[in-house]
Amino acid sequence: MAADTELTPTKYIDHHLTHLTVQLDEGSFWTLHVDTLVTSILLAILGIGCVWLVVRKATPGVPSKRQAFVELMMEFIDNEVKNTFHGNRHVFVAPTALTIFIWVLLMNTMDILPIDIMAWVTENVFGLHYWKIVPTTDVNTTFALALSIWFLMIFFSVKVKGFGGWMHELFCTPFGKNPLLWILNLLFNFIEYVSKPLSHSLRLFGNIYAGEIIFLLLGMWAATGVAGTFFGAILGAGWAIFHILIVTLQAFIFMMLAVVYISMAHESH
Amino acid sequence: MDINFTLISQAIAFSTFIWFTVKFVWPPLLRAIEERQKTIADGLAAGERGKHELELASQRSSEILKEAKQQASDIIHQAEKRAAEMVEEAKHTAKAEGERIITGAKAEIEHEVFSAKEMLRQHTAELAVAGASKILRKEVDAKAHAELLASIEDDLK
Repeated sequence: MAADTELTPTKYIDHHLTHLTVQLDEGSFWTLHVDTLVTSILLAILGIGCVWLVVRKATPGVPSKRQAFVELMMEFIDNEVKNTFHGNRHVFVAPTALTIFIWVLLMNTMDILPIDIMAWVTENVFGLHYWKIVPTTDVNTTFALALSIWFLMIFFSVKVKGFGGWMHELFCTPFGKNPLLWILNLLFNFIEYVSKPLSHSLRLFGNIYAGEIIFLLLGMWAATGVAGTFFGAILGAGWAIFHILIVTLQAFIFMMLAVVYISMAHESH
Repeated sequence: MDINFTLISQAIAFSTFIWFTVKFVWPPLLRAIEERQKTIADGLAAGERGKHELELASQRSSEILKEAKQQASDIIHQAEKRAAEMVEEAKHTAKAEGERIITGAKAEIEHEVFSAKEMLRQHTAELAVAGASKILRKEVDAKAHAELLASIEDDLK
């Protein structure tokens, strides 16, 4: 936090919601949110790396506790995928779902870490004034994931049904083959193709961002005095406990939607 | 809330992580789990087979036991019959032997009695002749009276 100016609520929130950016080139597009990128990649390396370390020594005999935990997670996701996707899920869909779940869950979980303590750590230990620790409160992250899934959806549509089959689907479903309905069908499919990545990414972003804002508001309350600190702490703890449910649920929903979208691309109407 | 190059970076990172999971995380774990499932299934099948075999074996053993019992009782039965027969036979043999001995003894006795009688008669005739000859010392001529003496001897017989 800037020490030379007076700390106002607006500044407090602004500070917490500002990314550490690097300008790569001219124009606002060539900005890079270093905090989002570094945190998310570190979390993925941590999560997937831990799983990999366990899996590397996986034994078909009696599993260790760590292996049992990883298997539990894998079986859980595999079951969910099995109920939705009816191809050979082990080739791509199930591992992708596992990746999404681990990664999004870890990124969401950063939300539970006490926001001002983390800000103090990044400022005083790493010397970084701005550092948003929750990558999923950056709309770039959620859009990146949702758009990747969206491209996979189109890729599998074309791969499974052929380009002609995909075009046929765009023009002839859901209302019918009649040429009069082609425009309507295309419009309908267009809306669907636009709304899927939007709802997919904004759902995750909105939930986690809102959670972040509530933590910030509770943190601000603590600035009003002893009573504010007391109730802010209690409510913050309550919200954090409730948030354990939200972050897990949102990670699960995001994963399930990805699986559903990819499965839908595999099935012809 | 601005869309920028972070999106593309994140998408690249995401693709890398998916690739890594697809390539290195999922297959070994799946292999381990499937191998274990197979081992467990094999074990269960072997257990089932063992149980079945045990059932068959116990059935067979009970059959053999029954047969053996049957045979044993047959053998005992036959032995008892044979024993009874032997006893009966022995009785018969003993009886026949006894009778034979008795018959032999009786014949012996009869023979003895007959020869004793014969001897006694001989002696008596001699005694009578001797007595008569003593009484009739002078008058009796053995030659003259031979006829008489022979008749007496015949009477005594």
